[in-house]
Amino acid sequence: MLQTSGAFKENAAGAMADAGLQRALARSKPQFAKKRLAAVEKLPEFEALREAAKNIKNHAIANLDFYLEAYAAAVEASGGVVHWCATAEDARRAVLNICRAAGAETVTKGKSMVTEEIGLNDYLEANGITPVETDLGEYILQLRHESPSHIIAPAFHLNREDWEASFRKSHTDLPPNRVFGERRDILTEARGKLREKFLAADVGITGANFLIAETGSSVIVTNEGNGDLTQTLPRVHVVVTSIEKVVPTIEDTLTLLRVLARSATGQDMSVYTTFSTGGRRPGDPDGPEEYHVVLLDNGRSGMVGTEFQDMLRCIRCAACMNHCPVYGAVGGHAYGSTYPGPMGAVLTPMLVGVEVSAHLPNASTFCGKCESVCPVKIPLPGLMRHWREREFERHLTPATMRYGLGLWAFFARRPLLYRLGTRAAALALGWLGRRSSRFSWLPLAGAWTKTRDFPAPEGDTFFAQYAARQKALGQKSVGQKAVGQ
Amino acid sequence: MSRAAILGAIQRGLKRGPLPVDQRAMLTGRMLAHPRHVVPMRGQLDQAGRVAMFAAYVEREFGTVARLRSYADVPGAVALYLAQQNVAPALVVSPHPDLQSIAFSDAPMLSVRFGTALPSDAVCLTQAFAGVAETGTLMLPSGPTRPTSNNLLPDNALVVVAAERIVASYEDAFDLLRAAQKMPRNVMLVTGPSRSADIEQTLELGAHGPRRLHVLIIDGEG
Repeated sequence: MLQTSGAFKENAAGAMADAGLQRALARSKPQFAKKRLAAVEKLPEFEALREAAKNIKNHAIANLDFYLEAYAAAVEASGGVVHWCATAEDARRAVLNICRAAGAETVTKGKSMVTEEIGLNDYLEANGITPVETDLGEYILQLRHESPSHIIAPAFHLNREDWEASFRKSHTDLPPNRVFGERRDILTEARGKLREKFLAADVGITGANFLIAETGSSVIVTNEGNGDLTQTLPRVHVVVTSIEKVVPTIEDTLTLLRVLARSATGQDMSVYTTFSTGGRRPGDPDGPEEYHVVLLDNGRSGMVGTEFQDMLRCIRCAACMNHCPVYGAVGGHAYGSTYPGPMGAVLTPMLVGVEVSAHLPNASTFCGKCESVCPVKIPLPGLMRHWREREFERHLTPATMRYGLGLWAFFARRPLLYRLGTRAAALALGWLGRRSSRFSWLPLAGAWTKTRDFPAPEGDTFFAQYAARQKALGQKSVGQKAVGQ
Repeated sequence: MSRAAILGAIQRGLKRGPLPVDQRAMLTGRMLAHPRHVVPMRGQLDQAGRVAMFAAYVEREFGTVARLRSYADVPGAVALYLAQQNVAPALVVSPHPDLQSIAFSDAPMLSVRFGTALPSDAVCLTQAFAGVAETGTLMLPSGPTRPTSNNLLPDNALVVVAAERIVASYEDAFDLLRAAQKMPRNVMLVTGPSRSADIEQTLELGAHGPRRLHVLIIDGEG
């Protein structure tokens, strides 16, 4: 996708002024938190499962080279092919080669953030192959030429009238005066349209939520069943996925599944959780004849052994963005990256470079909610802080901010000077503002006072007041002692 | 080329070369033993309790349940359900021996075909390998007697599961599967009928998979 993370501030201002987006956010945002909480409260073991989930992913990453090799060997033993791809370009080319070898004209796609990350659709189209998104949310975004604004609810930013308008514009073979009385009518029309696509496709592309080293299986989780139709009906199934998704066993996967749906949609379990292992077996009446795994690195191996290693635990549930006050205010597109919200703020600088995405780790109030709901306990605010440090070290912070911080640090290291300075400022501001007791404009704080008043200090600084009070108390207690004796 | 580069980068990050033989053996041992982690207590009941919990969760997830004494009751239950839903009494049945032995001729109004579903089929009857009480989940592995298309294409999915195959947890279901065969090409865990909340985050049933899921639990003669 087009990277616009560098324009986060402008994007955010635009998002705040977008009435349709604000309506969509206000409607949907509180639902996720409420549903997650209800699902978690019904399962007494949830905290224990979170801890187990964290440990499973840590174990897998600490032995990632071993488990990837074991996984690849198991895939090959079941008749599948693994395509190791260091870069996004490698992965795009691997998919294209598979499609060309299959003589594919159209490919259906299940929802996959990794294919968004590598910009697969545009690449296939440029090479004469038509990709068709089959997840309902991804389908309408493809019609509208938009990117997802949420990692599990891609059309989070759209309202019903947007759906109706897009369907009328795109499905021109249907009567133009048809009525969309309910949401169901929109769904039914999409189902009919996509059924034809499922049956016509030569290749089906899905993502994977987990890869299992023990069996060589890929696992997808959907509610619609589109991923299953995508991987069952065409002659070739391609799994486009990334290296950190491998876990050792089925049992490890089951534990992760128990925290995934609850954290994501507040369901106990998604409707379809499907384990795929290789292509069609002798005697199988259906299923794909070929099974390929395009296994992408794209910067992830570079996170191993760094302070960002914890991020490789992420299972893409979206709980962090569902609970984030910044995401809730501006939505996903403002982030200008494939992955929005807190997890995106940590992952994006790794994938595209901190130079172009330095705003993202700063777009946080550090309220800590994301870390508290993360099913694999990723310390997201801490990781964003690491990016801020790197940004500062690499002189990517604006000059005024650097000088300001430098000035502050000078005084902060000299407490006496700091107290004298702040006391002088407080007394001066208090005297200057003695009439109205507030300022509507202050030098060097124009941005702050543009939207609110700055209250004038009343009386002395805390330290001065504290010192005075201690002194008075000391005299009093000395006096009492004298009486007691 | 990419393979060596990726594995090399991981090993550099982990500050070590390939794992020594003893550690590889330990990790292989962990995969072979595939230990369980925390398993929720809630499904761990006697069979009657498990079946009741399974049925309750299927219904909570917008499925419906009928409890039958034996396979002989299946044709009548299917005919009744289709009549209630106002759906034509024609169905494709998965070629599983338990389903093939059902005397569908007892319900002459039903038009039955054994095999793999086509896009034109509106109703399908399949046989679950197991049920999971924990969340009302069906385990549907692929194989010659269980075409995957039958779980997906028809609007109405009717699934038979034997009460004795309803277990407490996903782990228990996979233990049964491991004991029966090697990992099938496809294993679906299905919890309720197909749905989407992509339009305004509001739930609508019947996205791409079946709009209705009706589970027939065979309780057995005992």
